[in-house]
Amino acid sequence: MEEINNLMQGFAVAMTLPNLAYMFIGVTLGVLIGVLPGLGGANGIAILLPLTFTMNPTSAIIMLSCIYWGALFGGAITSILFNIPGEPWSVATTFDGYPMAQQGRAAQALTAAFTSSFVGALFAVILITFLAPVLAKFALKFGPAEYFAVQLLTFCSFVGMSKEPAAKVIAAMMLGFALAAVGMDTVTGQLRMTYGYPELLKGFDFLIAVIGLFGIGEILLTMEEGLAFKGKSAKLNLRVVLQTWAELPRQWLNFLRSTAVGCWMGITPGGATPASFMSYGMAQRMSKDPASFGKGNIEGVVAPETAAHAAGTSALLPMLTLGIPGSPTAAVLLGGLMIWGLQPGPMLFVEHKDFVWGLIASMYLGNIVGLVVVLTTVPFWAAFLRIPFSVIGPVIVVICAIGAYTVHSSMFDVVMMLVFGVMGYLFKKLKYPLAPLVLALVLGDMAEASFRQSMLLSQGSLSIFWSNPLVGVITGLALLLLLWPLVSAVKGMLMRNNNVKVGSS
Amino acid sequence: MNENSTKTDAESANDPKTRGPEVVVALMLLALGVLVVVDSLRVGIGWADDGPRSGYFPFYIGMALCASSAAILGSTLWHWRSLDEVFAERSQIATVMAMLIPMTIYIVTMLWMGIYVPSALLIGYFMRRHGHFGWRVTASVSLTVPVVFFLVFERWFLVPLPKGPLENLLGL
Repeated sequence: MEEINNLMQGFAVAMTLPNLAYMFIGVTLGVLIGVLPGLGGANGIAILLPLTFTMNPTSAIIMLSCIYWGALFGGAITSILFNIPGEPWSVATTFDGYPMAQQGRAAQALTAAFTSSFVGALFAVILITFLAPVLAKFALKFGPAEYFAVQLLTFCSFVGMSKEPAAKVIAAMMLGFALAAVGMDTVTGQLRMTYGYPELLKGFDFLIAVIGLFGIGEILLTMEEGLAFKGKSAKLNLRVVLQTWAELPRQWLNFLRSTAVGCWMGITPGGATPASFMSYGMAQRMSKDPASFGKGNIEGVVAPETAAHAAGTSALLPMLTLGIPGSPTAAVLLGGLMIWGLQPGPMLFVEHKDFVWGLIASMYLGNIVGLVVVLTTVPFWAAFLRIPFSVIGPVIVVICAIGAYTVHSSMFDVVMMLVFGVMGYLFKKLKYPLAPLVLALVLGDMAEASFRQSMLLSQGSLSIFWSNPLVGVITGLALLLLLWPLVSAVKGMLMRNNNVKVGSS
Repeated sequence: MNENSTKTDAESANDPKTRGPEVVVALMLLALGVLVVVDSLRVGIGWADDGPRSGYFPFYIGMALCASSAAILGSTLWHWRSLDEVFAERSQIATVMAMLIPMTIYIVTMLWMGIYVPSALLIGYFMRRHGHFGWRVTASVSLTVPVVFFLVFERWFLVPLPKGPLENLLGL
């Protein structure tokens, strides 16, 4: 029960008055970010990251992770009241949440959504509490070959599990790696791909990419829908909350299934968005009354919210233990850790025990704070959303520009933000996935370093990735996932050939 | 998304298709891939005395980028006629441009006017042009926001933001 002890010490670290204040600030900012289109968990944290450089790392990461929880909670508000998903992972919440609001059951829908988010996150944090130390201990034995194999697995699982065409996943990912390689080679010190431009010496910062791709790109996408917001109003009172809570235990199976889907998709870098869709689909298929889905069934709110929050939380597990983030937001947090001189990975659990357990404890507290904040402040956020987009839109652009500038105090970054923004819009429209791009940009240098170290060990022979059972299994799994689209394409082709006579494809 | 199924075929035939931008993006990725490969070859993709050279890893990245973007390009051109998915309606593109163009001007003016004045102008422009607010509301919001940002960043967090001639004049 060493974990419990550590966790208690963690609570002692996290429970100080300033840290609790940072939690409140973080959650409130997070809900704001989650509610506003164009600002999301990933770019919201990226924008606020420079402001935390002067804080101590524990308080800073507590605040930043609370922004993340807040954003996860906040996404549900716009989905249910406005039928506009504030975050991609709350798209599935609109399917049943908005119909519920139209029927005047907005309060129930919101309570169900917030509670499900909380339950999903809680299970994921419990998972992190007990699994993270084990995984970290296990990963201490990893050499460069094992590290590269795990990174390979991360990237291959994008190819295997994405809904997007494999060529586009690979192209987006390789673009990320290529951008990461620009600038000084960390091993030899040689300049690469700068083509004589001094601005490119320090390479492309992923924070700028995140602000552009997710922030500016999202705003451009929002503009397509026009400038109007039309929403339902909602009042949450204690009676409705308690009533809804009394109904929710009946959904225990739905909760359990959605949590499992979410945790799995979060640890493997499937991410919160596919997890929410998958969980919604499963809930519908297994429901006693599938026809009522999409017409205001509370199960259709519980399933995606639980899964999204479980995925969003468990994405931090591989980030902390292996230094491999499971989502773009986790990647931004990882970037933050590195800026504060904390190298995520198994050594973090040995060298910065206080920090790790403080963070894990803050996940429990942050989610409780988050639940309380959202349940009590819904009317305020709903009112906030009535501010016309002709005011909110340009303000968000200004915030993004400030965020991009403050990373390195460089105007070149602001220009790059615009370039990434246009790219993000085009990529979204053309169905290139953004998550592998960001993750490749973050992990590029690390992946390259571990690859080169492996090659040094083996004198350039790729056989090192099969040299022992552990690394062999990971590499094998990675290759299987990489080739999965091919397998399913062949399967699909065979199926189609069989179906041609029937006439349905 | 917002693909209007109520539109008739003749109307949606006018809207730009996905295939055009698809080709442009694939070509750009291909060009970037070539840039990566060329520069990797320049710094060396083989082994030196102390291990793999700088281009060793990026070379394969560049090759994979070229291969995947070429595959996208090829399949788009191959299926050109049957690809009639609409990229966005003309009116949607117009609203996107209504944001993109002022945003670009905003960032360009930032280069010599600092961040505060262009921010006020951008917010003011949107509120007048798209929000149809009165002058008084427009002025108060578009002036308050930059002032608040100034206080939060420069005074509270001590993070300097770019300033221009006006700020110099005011001695900030």
